[in-house]
This record gives sequence, C-alpha cells and structure tokens, in this order.
Amino acid sequence: MSALLKLFRTTAFKLAVVYSIVFAVAASLVVMNVGRNVRGVLEDQIGETIDADIRGLADQYAQGGVQQVVQSIERRIRQPGGDVYLLTTFAGEPIVGNAAALPTATLSSEGLVTTTYQRPGEREARRRALVRVFVLPGNYRLLVGHDVEEVERLRKILRNALGNSLIWLVIIGAVGGLFVARRVLDRVDAMSESAAVIMRGDLSKRLPVGGSGDEIDRLAENLNAMIARIEALLRGMKEVSDNIAHDLRTPLTRLRNNADTALRQTGEPAALRETLEKVIGEADGLMRIFDALLTIARAESGSGPKMETLDISRIAEDVAELYEAAAEERGVAFAFAIEPGLLARGNRELIAQTLANLLDNGLKYGVPAAAGLAPELRLVVRRDGRRVRLSVEDRGPGVPAADRDRVLDRFVRLEASRTLPGSGLGLSLAAAIARLHGGALRLEDNAPGLRAVVDMPAATLPPPQVGRQGDKTRAGTG
Amino acid sequence: MSDMRLLVIEDDSEAAAYLVKAFREQGHLAEHAGDGLDGYARAAEGDYDVLIVDRMLPKLDGLSLISSLRAQKVETPVLILSALGQVDDRVKGLRAGGDDYLPKPYAFSELLARVEALGRRKGGAGAQETVYRVADLELDRLSHKLTRAGKEITLQPREFRLLEYLMKHAGQVVTRTMLLENVWDYHFDPQTNVIDVHISRLRSKIDKGQETPLLHTIRGAGYMIRDGAA
Repeated sequence: MSALLKLFRTTAFKLAVVYSIVFAVAASLVVMNVGRNVRGVLEDQIGETIDADIRGLADQYAQGGVQQVVQSIERRIRQPGGDVYLLTTFAGEPIVGNAAALPTATLSSEGLVTTTYQRPGEREARRRALVRVFVLPGNYRLLVGHDVEEVERLRKILRNALGNSLIWLVIIGAVGGLFVARRVLDRVDAMSESAAVIMRGDLSKRLPVGGSGDEIDRLAENLNAMIARIEALLRGMKEVSDNIAHDLRTPLTRLRNNADTALRQTGEPAALRETLEKVIGEADGLMRIFDALLTIARAESGSGPKMETLDISRIAEDVAELYEAAAEERGVAFAFAIEPGLLARGNRELIAQTLANLLDNGLKYGVPAAAGLAPELRLVVRRDGRRVRLSVEDRGPGVPAADRDRVLDRFVRLEASRTLPGSGLGLSLAAAIARLHGGALRLEDNAPGLRAVVDMPAATLPPPQVGRQGDKTRAGTG
Repeated sequence: MSDMRLLVIEDDSEAAAYLVKAFREQGHLAEHAGDGLDGYARAAEGDYDVLIVDRMLPKLDGLSLISSLRAQKVETPVLILSALGQVDDRVKGLRAGGDDYLPKPYAFSELLARVEALGRRKGGAGAQETVYRVADLELDRLSHKLTRAGKEITLQPREFRLLEYLMKHAGQVVTRTMLLENVWDYHFDPQTNVIDVHISRLRSKIDKGQETPLLHTIRGAGYMIRDGAA
C-alpha cells in the first residue's frame, strides 16, 4: 500500500497520468472530427445522387409520361442496392415503389429529409433513409432516396474504433509517459543521490553527466561547477587557516619576544622605548595582514562592496601621481601611458588598491639583477578589444614561469624575496580583486622583468567618445 | 588644543578605561558611557567636544545612536570606532551622521590625531577662512596662491591640497592615513612610503632655505605644520 502511495507521489506517475489524459482527449477530438466529416461527405454524396436520379426521372416523365417513369422505377427496383423509390398520386396513393409505411409528413416535406420506411417483404418500418420528394407536373409525387443503414453502420464502426483506440491510446500514453519520465527522473534520482554523497562531505565527487548535452546535462554541469567552486573555496579556507597558523605565528612570536625583552629590560629607557616600538611595529604588521586577509575574503565571497561605472583612466592617473614621487626618490624611472576615458564597472578603492599593490611590488622587487640596467617602472592602461587592460612593468628579476601561478596564492613568497619585508598577500589581493571585477591577474615575462597584467570588462556607459583621434595618451616620466 | 571634553561610548570596559586614561594623559577631559542608551542620554545633555562611539553597543547600537542625536539637532562631532573596516562599512557609518571612522584595531596616536582634528572642526574656524596663515606662510584658498615671507611659491595641485589640509589643522598632528584619506580619498594602506615622499617634496618647497622650518615630522605619529617658535 505504501509502495503504491509512493508510486502515486512520484513525478513520473503524475507525468504519465497527465500525458494519458492529454492523449485521450486529443485522440477523441480527432476521431469525432473525422466521424463528423465522413458523415457529412457521405450525406452530400447521397444528396447529389438523389438529385441526379430525380432529374433523370423528371426527364423521362417529360418524354414518355407517367408510364415511362413507372417502367423506369420498376427496372431500378429490381437492381439490388440501397436505392428507395416511390411514386404516388398527389393524394398519396402509391403507384409503384419499394418503400411503404412512410410517415405521412414525409411525402409533403421539402428538401432532403431522413425518414423511416418499410421494404416490401419486411415486417417493420425500421429502416432509415435519406429521401427527397419531388412533385411531377401531372400531380404525382416522386420520392427518391437512399438507405442510410450503411452510413449508420460506418458510424458504429468508427465509434467502436474510437473506443478501442482510446483504450490503446491511454495505455500507450501511460506506458510511454512512464517510460520517458522514468528515464529523465532516473537521472534526476542519480543526481540527488550523488548530491547526498557530496553533502555528506565528499566534495571531490561530481554529479553524473550523460554527455548528450541536454538540459539535465547542463544542470549537472552547472551544479558541478558550483561544487567545484565550493570545493575550491573550502580548500582555500583550509589553506588560509593553515597558512595563518603558520605565518601569523612568526610575527606573533617576535611580538611576544620583544614584549618579553622589554619586560626584562631594567636599564636604559631609550632601549626600552626602542623595544616597545618594535612591539608596536609587529602589531601593526599583524593588523595589515588581517586587513588584507579580510579584503581578500570579501572579494572572493563575491559579496564585495558596491560597484559603479568608473573612469579607470582617472584612477590610474591618481595612483600614478601618488607613486611618482616615491619612485623618483628611489631612483626608479617611472613612466605611465594611460589612455584617457576608459570606463569599467568596479569599486574605486579596490581598483586603486590593486594598482597600488602592483606598484608597491614593482618598487620593492623591481630592482634589476643585472648590472648596468637602470631601474624602470611603467604603468600602462589601455583598451584591449572590449576589455580594459592595466599593466605594471618592471625590470627586476621577474618571476620564473613555473612560479607565476603559485605566487598569486596567499602567503606565498619566493625564496629570493623572503629577506624583504612583506606579507605575501599583495598579489593574492590583487588577483582576488581582479576576479571580483570579472577579470584576472596574469604575470608575464617583461624580458627582463615582470609584467603584471589586470584586465577587466570595459563598460560603455556613458557612450564611448567617438573617434579617439590621436590617442591622447598622457605620458610622464618621474 | 588640549582640554577637550570627550565622551567615550564603549561597552568593553577595559578598552574604555585605556582610552579614558590615555586621553587624560594628553590633557583632555574624558568620560565613559558603557552602553548605547547611557551614551545617548549623556551626549544629548552634556557639552562635549567630540564623541567617540563604538559601533556595536548594547541597548542602542552606535549608528542608531548617532542618527538619533542628529535628529535631535545635536551636532557634536562623532568619531566611530568599529571592528568593521571595509569601505562599505565606512560609508554606512558616515551616512548615519558620523564625522570620521576608524576601524579597530587602531593606534592611539591615530585616534588622538583624528579626535583633535574633529574638536578643532567644531570651532568652525578652519572651514570658513579663505586664507590660512602659519607664521609667514600664507595660503589663499580662493586664488590658490601660496607665499612665504611675501615670496610666491608654485605648487602642483595635489601639493596645494596637501598643504591646505595641513594648514587647516595647523598645530595638530596629522597622520599619514588622514592625509591619504583627505587629500587622495583612499582608505587603503600603501606599503611604500608614498606620503612621506610627497611631504618631503612639499617641505623642500616651503622650508628650504628658511630659518624656521614649519613642516615638522612627529615621530611615530605623523606630521604637523606650526610656527617653529610656538
């Protein structure tokens, strides 16, 4: 019983029932329509035959009087078939014919009518015919008709056929519906089973994809992409907590050591002060790491800050101006080429921070390794098809191709740079912000040096300026 | 600039005690309210120069407290302290009626500089003046002219805004983040000493060859422009 209830509750069953009903209704409509049409056509044909017959007999009357009509009718009656004839006087006295016991109203009717009649040699007047009464000029009534029992039989056959086929249609509809629905829903069941396994914690599993590329496959593919993203986020979270444990321990230990030293320092106030300043410095460094981690987390969760249409060129010019003096102070030749008026949707603060991070890196790590090369830093912002491309290029040692993806991860610092101050979060933050803006951060070989490229979709509101004549690229050197 | 009356509205009693003590050491009169309702009542009645409001408070949260005060036409400057430091949080805080926003954790020197800047703002002197003067340095905000001892000095537009902000807060410590926020309108923390370099460029323009330097570096805090003699 409960198994039956379960069956009733399945979508497959419901779909099958609905399909059967729809099938049955549609089939009934078709058959009823065909029946009506067939009957109409047959009656029309009978009517035409009757009219032709009447015309023929009327002609014979005109030629040879009533005698010839009687002969003609007698001849026709002898032939087997469903034809019905009756010639009467005007008062209704039958002269010749094969129909009797007609209702009195029939003889005075006009046009094509259905009537009952009796054939000679038959007991009852239960035959039906389609007849027409024609008044001959000599006050005779001529009834010509055709038996419709055949038509009735045809209708009966059709009705039976409808009944039978209806049953078959319902059965086929139900079985077919059940089969189709089962096929689809088996896959859905398989998906929900896999989903249950995944929910229990095995995020490496994926939903089955049939390979036919239909809606269910697309659904499965999208859900798989979602699971992959969740898996990546979880892995990221785990990595972050591992890394936090590792990377915060070091500065926290230093902080604690410094505080400890300060506590045991009894002598000079100057030394004590210096140690305490170190403590505060370490604490500030920790705060920065927290801030960066928070910003990355926000950007990656996709629930980041408000986005608006921004003039990227203006922001780039602003940040370039902010860093120009610092570059000059370090003897770095800083140049920027910023195509004006480039728009993109984004958050001003975050885009500025990305550029600032990349420029920070350029200043910090962009010192040429080879002697004779002057330190150089370039900020280039230009349109690249339908994207805005921001790049920061230096002449430093660059990043080996094998490490380019890895350095974008949190807390990753290459051996060569470990001695320099830094948290290993700058590029991760830039990459997370680029992703939030629908773009990506790529590291390329600047031969020699590093080129960090961020690209994001260009916005077109308000409409782009027509004809960027002369490409008014503003350039400056610092 | 000392002797401001401050109200610290903060539910963490240890943090509040630390702030009150630190402000008193700086010569200010600081009081403490432990929850939103108490804070609101005292802020609405008392005559404070600056309110320091924690964003998350029991009984009445910080932002509602500020909105209520503003609705009551209490215009005491408010600095919001918050554990939420993202750009949107800041915008929300300022929209509620806050005058400045400082995410936790913060350095006390940063908080002090900002509170003093707000206290000065209440006086309203800085905002309306069209000419700022510090010793023989004169900055005309309308004609964008700068003179020192009568001699004109040419500044880049950004340098002008930097000096304008420093002179508006003459005699007060201005931190690097305050400069980045108010002159460049950025709230992130650059790893490179970009602000220091801009300051040193500005310094070379206004103090070079002068007997008394006006633009001073305050160790561990920031910068201050003031008459060397004062």
